[in-house]
Amino acid sequence: MSTRVVVDPITRIEGHLRIEAEVKDGRVVDAWSAGTMVRGIETILKGRDPRDAWAFAERVCGVCTTVHALASVRSVEDALHITVPPNAELIRNLMFCALYMQDHVVHFYHLHALDWVDLVSALKADPEETSRIAQSISAWPKSSPGYFRDLQTRLTKFVETGQLGIFANAYWGHPAYKLPPAVNLIGVAHYLEALEWQKEIVKIHTIFGGKNPHPNYLVGGVPCAINIDEANALNAERLAYVGRLLEDGQRFIEQVYLPDLLATAPHYLDWTEIGGGVSNYLSYGDLPTNGYADIGRFKFPRGVILDRDLSRIHPVDPHDPDGVREEVGHSWYRYQGGDEKGLHPWDGETEFNYTGPKPPYEHLTVEGKYSWLKTPRWKGHPMEVGPLARMLVGYAAGNAEIKDAVTEALAALKAPASVLFSTLGRTAARGIETRLVARWALEFYQQLLANIRNGETRTFTKERWDPSTWPATARGVGATEAPRGALAHWLVIKDQRIENYQLVVATTWNASPRDSKGQRSPYEAALIGTPVHDPQQPLEILRTIHSFDPCLACAVHLFDARGQPLSAVETGPVGAVSGR
Amino acid sequence: MNALPSPSQTGGLTLWEEMRAHGVSRRDFLKFCTTMGAMLGLEHSGVAAIVAALETKRRLPIVWLHGQECTCCSESFLRSSHPIVADILLDKVSLDYSETLQAAAGHQAEECKAKTMRENPGNYLLMIEGSVPLGAEGAYCCIGGRSMLDIVQEAAAGAKAVIAWGNCASAGCVQAARPNPTQATPVHKVIAGKPVINVQGCPPIAEVMAGVIVHLLAFERIPQLDALGRPKAFYSRRVHDTCYRRPYYDAGLFVETFDDENARRGYCLYKMGCKGPTTYNSCGVMRWNNGVSYPIQSGHPCIGCSEAGFWDASPFYGRLASFPGFGIEMTADKIGLAVGAAAVAGAAAHAVMTNIRKHDEIGPHLGEKPGESTTPSSEPSQD
Repeated sequence: MSTRVVVDPITRIEGHLRIEAEVKDGRVVDAWSAGTMVRGIETILKGRDPRDAWAFAERVCGVCTTVHALASVRSVEDALHITVPPNAELIRNLMFCALYMQDHVVHFYHLHALDWVDLVSALKADPEETSRIAQSISAWPKSSPGYFRDLQTRLTKFVETGQLGIFANAYWGHPAYKLPPAVNLIGVAHYLEALEWQKEIVKIHTIFGGKNPHPNYLVGGVPCAINIDEANALNAERLAYVGRLLEDGQRFIEQVYLPDLLATAPHYLDWTEIGGGVSNYLSYGDLPTNGYADIGRFKFPRGVILDRDLSRIHPVDPHDPDGVREEVGHSWYRYQGGDEKGLHPWDGETEFNYTGPKPPYEHLTVEGKYSWLKTPRWKGHPMEVGPLARMLVGYAAGNAEIKDAVTEALAALKAPASVLFSTLGRTAARGIETRLVARWALEFYQQLLANIRNGETRTFTKERWDPSTWPATARGVGATEAPRGALAHWLVIKDQRIENYQLVVATTWNASPRDSKGQRSPYEAALIGTPVHDPQQPLEILRTIHSFDPCLACAVHLFDARGQPLSAVETGPVGAVSGR
Repeated sequence: MNALPSPSQTGGLTLWEEMRAHGVSRRDFLKFCTTMGAMLGLEHSGVAAIVAALETKRRLPIVWLHGQECTCCSESFLRSSHPIVADILLDKVSLDYSETLQAAAGHQAEECKAKTMRENPGNYLLMIEGSVPLGAEGAYCCIGGRSMLDIVQEAAAGAKAVIAWGNCASAGCVQAARPNPTQATPVHKVIAGKPVINVQGCPPIAEVMAGVIVHLLAFERIPQLDALGRPKAFYSRRVHDTCYRRPYYDAGLFVETFDDENARRGYCLYKMGCKGPTTYNSCGVMRWNNGVSYPIQSGHPCIGCSEAGFWDASPFYGRLASFPGFGIEMTADKIGLAVGAAAVAGAAAHAVMTNIRKHDEIGPHLGEKPGESTTPSSEPSQD
């Protein structure tokens, strides 16, 4: 006799995700992942100025803010054959790295940690012992017995108010929590410290892009100008600010995040055998070191791994009409030529077709359509994307830096590489790559300073800014790696306007419903076999789902019904445009 | 009507206040606490903590809903530097429901919300991030199998007041841009009879969000709002009027293309499409992320993200044709033309002359010859 467990809303994520799982004899035997919100941003983009698209697309997600802006400007630059100046590439890289550092730390402490850290147990910790453990794993200065005692007193007072706020009615005391009280107290301390720290590293976005969330991007480069002799531009003060933020950020990652990850993991090694999922991994790669056209010199390599075979990397090209395709057999959309066939995003064709139960509902009709996410496939294969995919592709590609970082982490855990194919492996991979990114950011920073020293200060090329220089039709792809995985935007330009715009997003790869062949996507596959001690307390389901770091607003957006062209918008060379 | 009573003035009494109101003596109250302590197995010293807790004013309960959104408002809120978010959450309010942060999920999370609404009728704050889709009978946004519309209306009914975070909840934002395929609708259009504070922006500035919360807690009333429901403290000034690059506008000194010499001197971005003249927000005053910068300071024109319908005022790089409300300034082209033609025409108005003088004063410091126009004469005026 099996039980249907519904977890809706899945909290501590971005967006609206619902999981229905069939639990039998204490294990998940089947699962369905559903995105339950849609906005239709691609339809809204139709008919607009391609140079504006980044701002619309950026609003797809405020958590991985910037990644859609980056994919968008790259799609336009690809379509129009624009090469951005080296400093613009470096500044984009620095913004990319700052996002990873912030986003991965926030994921670990604020979205994922409470799956592993028992807040109530922390109240029972001995501050002396906590201090001893903290000092044994890290040189981080906030580790005295008094520090932990004060924190514990504050927490105790908070709990005694009876108003537990965001910590209320959770799973405290669940037998799946394994950490000793002292490690739990360290986790809670760093939860609060990370909350304060994360608002600092994003100031890099504010310096280069004017604000965070949602800093500004620009087709053809970046909007900030460099002038070391001017108060109103990137000068020595601004650059020194960036440098300090990067160094502080790296210190937090090296002295807090990584030690906590490595102190937590040994208590949960059973989770290296749970949550493996689909066994195929895709990375578009990113962080160019010699211009975006030189894919071979990305810091994160590009490629696909099939069936966990690390001896072979398959090439990926998002332009390939037979590579990435999206299906809608189980998604609330309709294809003109029938729902069975997948379509390449340039030919992407979608129309809302809600066939689910009228809300309020108890269960979705999972036999039919059950999600606002489409189902992307690469040559017919379901692919996992994200930190684990990036680390595996880098490892398999023989990238020395990635290989060393992975090997070092595995040695610390005394575990073979096979443990990576799991819930815990996903969480560990995220920490490993954060460490790399923090290091790379400092390299990019030094390169930017060197360029400026050598008189290279360009941040923008106006070569193709004027739409009168564009061909009548053009199409492009902008690919990147969002913190949550492979992301690309496909764009068709016609008569200086957006004719079609499609996004295939990290969480769409991971959280999508089954395909026409019945193959599960990564969330659904990873849940199979996940233990469930108490169906009323879905803590273990949260662990596996959170290990992917879901971002649903990103994943759901696909709609290109016949939108009315925005005829009142006139695009033309700047200076000859009348705003409306 | 704008008064926001403290919990002790409304239904949200502390347990001691409630017991006293029912004729329970102080002595019996302490006895009750001792019994409670014994039941919980606490040492005698622990009883004092119970007494203190039950006597203490309760933190204001908050229900924070997510509709059609991107979570940038929650993310911005997390960036607050004064007060910092940990202090808000632990000491100032009780965030009882937040899909982004709360530990519980599924029905446990929903029970947190239900409990807060049940136990604090008329005495919790409702905060909403995201718009409400009215299409497809609500199926475009469901949480826990219920439509966002249903959830918002239920939660608003018992709320003391409603905060609509950001452009989505205040005006529909990007999903409400044409053709608005899901009928995305702002909060104030789907609820009635409750004060709604529209904290605009995409997202709002972190310290503005925290500032609105602090205002409610410290002054126990709703801040003064403008005609669009925005707090005047943060939305009564145009970005243009508070912009540190304003003198360049007045002097007719403009960026002509990104990364040109004028951009590198930080001239006015009006010709690059800046919407500062039609946008009310605190960017120029408070700046972003604890005062680090704001879009114009970092070289990009304002796109007007705190205004309703700003997405359909694109293209973003198209210059505003004209904007109302300027007594002493002319439009940029007129300034530019006047600067170039002043000597010939000799007919410049006093206001324009003032601007020319400013141009002449600022120009030489920046390596320009006095009277030199930065506006290419070949460029046709569209104004």
